[in-house]
Amino acid sequence: MMHRKTLLRLRKDIPEPIFRLSGFLIPLLLLAIWAGVTWLGLVRPLFLPSPWSVIGEGVRQLREGILLEDASVSIYRIIVGWLAATVVAVPLGILMGNYRLMEGLFEPLISTVRYMPVVALIPLSILWAGIGDVQKILILFLGTFFQQALMIMDNVKNIDINLIRAGQTLGFSDGEILRRIVLPAAMPGIWDTFRITIGWTWTYLVVAELVAANAGLGRRIMDAQRYLATDTILFGILFIGLLGLLTDYLFKRAGRSLFTWSSQTR
Amino acid sequence: MSEPVKLSVVQVGKTFKGNDGPVTAIESISLDIPQNQFVSIVGTSGCGKSTLLNMIGGLDEATTGHILIDGEPVRGPGRDRGFVFQSYSLFEWMTVEGNIRFALEKSALSKPEKQELVAHFVNAVGLSGFQNAYPKQLSGGMRQRVAIARALVYQPAILLMDEPFGALDAQTRGMMQELLLTVWENHRVTVLFVTHDVDEAIFLADRVVVLASRPGRVKKDMMIDLARSRTPNVLTDPTFAHYKREILADIREETLKVMSLERI
Repeated sequence: MMHRKTLLRLRKDIPEPIFRLSGFLIPLLLLAIWAGVTWLGLVRPLFLPSPWSVIGEGVRQLREGILLEDASVSIYRIIVGWLAATVVAVPLGILMGNYRLMEGLFEPLISTVRYMPVVALIPLSILWAGIGDVQKILILFLGTFFQQALMIMDNVKNIDINLIRAGQTLGFSDGEILRRIVLPAAMPGIWDTFRITIGWTWTYLVVAELVAANAGLGRRIMDAQRYLATDTILFGILFIGLLGLLTDYLFKRAGRSLFTWSSQTR
Repeated sequence: MSEPVKLSVVQVGKTFKGNDGPVTAIESISLDIPQNQFVSIVGTSGCGKSTLLNMIGGLDEATTGHILIDGEPVRGPGRDRGFVFQSYSLFEWMTVEGNIRFALEKSALSKPEKQELVAHFVNAVGLSGFQNAYPKQLSGGMRQRVAIARALVYQPAILLMDEPFGALDAQTRGMMQELLLTVWENHRVTVLFVTHDVDEAIFLADRVVVLASRPGRVKKDMMIDLARSRTPNVLTDPTFAHYKREILADIREETLKVMSLERI
């Protein structure tokens, strides 16, 4: 009763260690159920391989050097694909957020395109970009860019309009205001968008490596599907999740130290 | 006042596009403001006082009439006017000093001259020792002092203040009013100060302009004949009470009119 009262109160803080450890509780519970179900032989290994065989698969991939190769190829694609999207989305988002004409020109188009299934674009992407890395990066770009541009437009619109007015009364040109006032003021929000969108880039990895890839974490999963190697599939999925978690953590940490000045920083 | 006219508002009107046709925010306002006069503008919400200030600042365009500074029409914002907003609107990623220095970037002064001006204004608004603090670390009153220093450091001829102390608690507000008067007495500029606090309006100003609502126009234009330098003692002065009574009566009348229009 006492604990219920202290741990479950609306919007109240709880002790830091409990907060941190609580995140492990449900994964551990799921792991326990998974281990129990497979150990008791309730499910055939083909449908659900045991945790230890998934770990064994990981060890094998690590030993044979496959894992490192797959991971480095995929991480490279993620970084280039996400950066390509970001390099275009940031300036476009800033323009859309500040010039009504730009918003009018691009917003309807982007809002439409972002609903189009990227998977369905694979055949076209091969025709346009071949079967090399460029095609994979193009898919990651398409999966990231449109959402990102819209989110950055919103980030930019959310800044205090009077910051722009202050810049105008101080005699700065529109370009200077965008670069030196709007961009830094919106940056903490944009950084959050970065963190969220690179997560989406990760989820498009399998799609990107669906066709004509000879290495990559996504490729490995698709190959395993052909041989019903469910342990390889599960390991691949979990490993991508882990890398995603790490990316998220890095962005959060970097954001916290980059934007100590921001009143929004927790 | 024998000072020359600094700012002329000539039959300025403003109409917005509303959901059901155009809405006249300001019908027609005319004002002549001599150099270095401190003018408070009061009125009920919706009387267009902020709109008027934005138009003078060049942040908004008048639908009719024109605004002249030294006889020259206003075409957009410029460095002859400084603006202080209620929302502080500081550059959060810059220090106190950085914020103030940023305002000097477009001026032709040498680096040491700029540094001297920045230091002078940091001091003038009582922020010595906080030069390197970030806005996040400051209280509301201190943030607004940075904003005032930022608006004054490049020495504009006109200072436009849009309810600058509206977000502050009563005690801080009182201190800020005194500080503003001290700073103003040492750095004379023409001030247009928008507020809905009648005490504040009288305490600070040489002249109080009361605006009528819907559509906005000048209801009363009243000189405040109270000696400077003023201290909070003036708030209990009979002359002060007399001004206050008159202005409050006007505002009450306006409020009642608006309420009957809205049928509350």
